Amino acid sequence: MNPARIMRNKIVRSLFSKAGAAVLVSAGLAPLTMPPQAAAQNPGGRGGAPVTAKAAAPFDISGYWVSVITQNWRLRMVVPPKGDYMGIAMTPASKEIADAWDPAKDEAAGNQCKGYGAGTIMTNPERLHIIWPDDNNLQMEIDAGTQTRTFHFGNWKPEPGTKPSWQGESVALWQSRERDARRDPKARYLQVTTRNMLPGYLRKNGVPYSENSVLIEDYDFFQEPTGEQWMIVTTELRDPKYLDRPYILSAQFRKERDGSKWEPTPCSSRW
Amino acid sequence: MTKSALLALLALSAASVPSFAQIDLSGSWFPYNESDALSNSPGPRPLPLDFLGIPFNKYGQERGLLYSPSYMSVPERICAGYPPHYLVVGPHGVKIWNEMEPLTGTTVAWHINGWEDRAPTTIWMDERPHPSENAPHPPGGFVTGKWEGDVLVAYTTHMEAGLVRRSGAFLSDQATMTARFFRHGDTLTVTARIDDPYYLTEPYYLTRLFKQDSVASIHAVPPPCVQGDEGVPEGAVPHYMPGNNQFIGELTRKYHIPEEAYMGGAETMYPEFRKKIKDKYTIPDKCPNDCGGPGKFGLRNQ
Repeated sequence: MNPARIMRNKIVRSLFSKAGAAVLVSAGLAPLTMPPQAAAQNPGGRGGAPVTAKAAAPFDISGYWVSVITQNWRLRMVVPPKGDYMGIAMTPASKEIADAWDPAKDEAAGNQCKGYGAGTIMTNPERLHIIWPDDNNLQMEIDAGTQTRTFHFGNWKPEPGTKPSWQGESVALWQSRERDARRDPKARYLQVTTRNMLPGYLRKNGVPYSENSVLIEDYDFFQEPTGEQWMIVTTELRDPKYLDRPYILSAQFRKERDGSKWEPTPCSSRW
Repeated sequence: MTKSALLALLALSAASVPSFAQIDLSGSWFPYNESDALSNSPGPRPLPLDFLGIPFNKYGQERGLLYSPSYMSVPERICAGYPPHYLVVGPHGVKIWNEMEPLTGTTVAWHINGWEDRAPTTIWMDERPHPSENAPHPPGGFVTGKWEGDVLVAYTTHMEAGLVRRSGAFLSDQATMTARFFRHGDTLTVTARIDDPYYLTEPYYLTRLFKQDSVASIHAVPPPCVQGDEGVPEGAVPHYMPGNNQFIGELTRKYHIPEEAYMGGAETMYPEFRKKIKDKYTIPDKCPNDCGGPGKFGLRNQ
């Protein structure tokens, strides 16, 4: 028998011995054999001063990001024609509203920003400017439509009676994919839950989402060997009123060196 | 502490460092194709020559302009399958499972099921090298994987040439793909970077989404592809000669998309490209075809 196999057999035998099990438990390694599962963890130390969201960030999300549109181009880069509902599990009530879409009416009513609400803003062609205004709040400025989102970490609670807005109110945390989130602080992604949004459009041609919608977003990050940094945003909009099932989209962003291409533009119903 | 127990601790500690962050990806994953409804949706295809947002160079565009949809009706092509990047451009769900070394439980490979026109994928996790550049290119390519933290990264070489969009957008057999599998609870996000030294000017990124399907409706063994006679004369290869593709201008006629957009290459991927076509685009009065709507969301589930 070759040495590697002898070693393997010893390991397997000892794992099944009482002594081996005791070692695993006392060394805190038993959880390694358990299946991983997502676990939420707000920033916070073990007995010491709380770790801020900024300090706990597993990657540097701040800076300028540009959307890279390679999918659904015709539905995202231009306003698609009325009645183009491909890919949306809409309800009959939704279709009734979308069929009546009139951009001129939206403009007259001051609703040009309906296509720039949090529900789908991440899939618009745009640049993001992300900063930490303080240690537990993340601010995302978006040049298309000149919108601002704020992601609140920690124990932040919305004030009762706050009026709905295009970007709603967002609670954020560094979510772990592992059972014990403390094991690997880098193995996390940003998860944001947004409520209290004004009714908006899933697509600029008038497909609606309602004021009761809930948006859950997952932000993943990776770096290419060249140093180029990417952020992938997975958005899930739940709206029982206008959707037969959650509307799930992705958006791809690449980090830019600076803000030289940052170009805020107003909301538009027709472009 | 016995000697064998200590040995177990040391061995497990060493072996567990890289596996610490490994995430279980196994299970049936149901497709959510909204992100690329125009390409991934089963049934309706993107219009021929829809190269919007693809960083093609002129060779990629010229290759695409030769394409006739009847090309796929040639008996040799009906079941010839799509390259591994069909994972992120196809309509199907996926079943993923791991293959373990029986004594240690180490994952030596991840498997992704095939579909009737897509070969199964095996992602080797045992650090084996990729084959020689002269090795054959099987339908599933050759794939190795590693964990970057809690994200599985799979690198594919030795792909066959094939469609990356069902509009006639081809990539060469020198293309490679780096796919990242991000799991968020019951949601799986797969982002692929595709490089092609022959047809692309820069990497082409695509993302596809899945939800875990607890009833396991997605089978490991795909339905068979049935080859048949679709009326193409023997020996014929449907195509268009350069400049004669009847679908040139189709996106403009139906959707008012200027030609410089679908033939624009990499610059069409970025927001500032919109300024180039702002004065040329008008919203069509109505959706011309394949418009979706309540109850018309998908023609089949997988």
